[in-house]
Amino acid sequence: MTSANSWPLVLRADGNERVVRPYALTAGRTRPSGASIDVIAQVSVVRTMGAEFAPETLSELGPEHLRLLRFCRSRVSVADVATEIDLPLGVVRILLADLRDRGLVSINQPAEAGLSDVRILKEVADALRKL
Amino acid sequence: MPYANSEQTGDRPSVPVAIKILVAGGFGVGKTTLVSSVSEVRPLRTEEDMSEPSSLVDQLDGVERKTTTTVAMDFGRISISDDLVVYLFGTPGQRRFWFMWDELAYGALGAVVMADTRRLADCFPSIDYFERNGMPFVVAVNCFDDARRYPSETMRSALNLTEDVPLLLCDARQRPSSRDVLVALVEHAVARLSETPVTPAR
Repeated sequence: MTSANSWPLVLRADGNERVVRPYALTAGRTRPSGASIDVIAQVSVVRTMGAEFAPETLSELGPEHLRLLRFCRSRVSVADVATEIDLPLGVVRILLADLRDRGLVSINQPAEAGLSDVRILKEVADALRKL
Repeated sequence: MPYANSEQTGDRPSVPVAIKILVAGGFGVGKTTLVSSVSEVRPLRTEEDMSEPSSLVDQLDGVERKTTTTVAMDFGRISISDDLVVYLFGTPGQRRFWFMWDELAYGALGAVVMADTRRLADCFPSIDYFERNGMPFVVAVNCFDDARRYPSETMRSALNLTEDVPLLLCDARQRPSSRDVLVALVEHAVARLSETPVTPAR
């Protein structure tokens, strides 16, 4: 199921696939709810996927939400999620905020402390030198 | 400077540290090449600003009204350890993309501005942006095979760079060369940090 430009596809009643514009997945919303989500914020599922999620919670979610949930089992950045799921960053942010609203994922903004900590920066420089 | 998440005895915050570095510059200057020479690069799509969101729901078929702008960025990741990761974002440098820079630049360690001596002016907007923003940046002149070489001082003066901004020559195709550019940026950020405990916006 791929299209030339990798837009998500849906199956119509007549069996033909149709391209869906990305913001259709968010019911037209263009802004995430709640606190802003940085492109390198770290996302992880609050609990592992499975029986512990209430069925009524999961039934509210679309297939893209469920894909995101599966992908965020281990901690990943928002940018990683967007490239892996192959949806635009803005759409991914909105879907992640939906999951956050339902308490399914936690989203941690990057610690700014790292940027003002010379030790960490030197560690980064040392590690880069070994590339 | 103490920070909130540090453990009493630990050297590091207990939360993972994510470092963001921007790679900016004109079209075709070698941003993708640089990012891909030091990391596995993947395209990151952004879909910006819709004027009337709800109308889209009703117009799935043949939406002709162009209310979004799709911009692809180069996204690379260098995992230093489990809890220390460097993220690289290659961003289009033209002024019309500044709207997306503000958000990207927030919390970034710094930027690499790439320049091509054959089209030096293409990197001016990027330099302008980071000078205004006050973010540490280095200029990396990508040495294309057929481009004329100029002395650093000539380029520095052509770019009107202040003394403190590092200018490097690089070959973005070569991993060691791209690596050196990133190291120079981090060292520059460290130097800026030790000069000015509280970094004022310029």
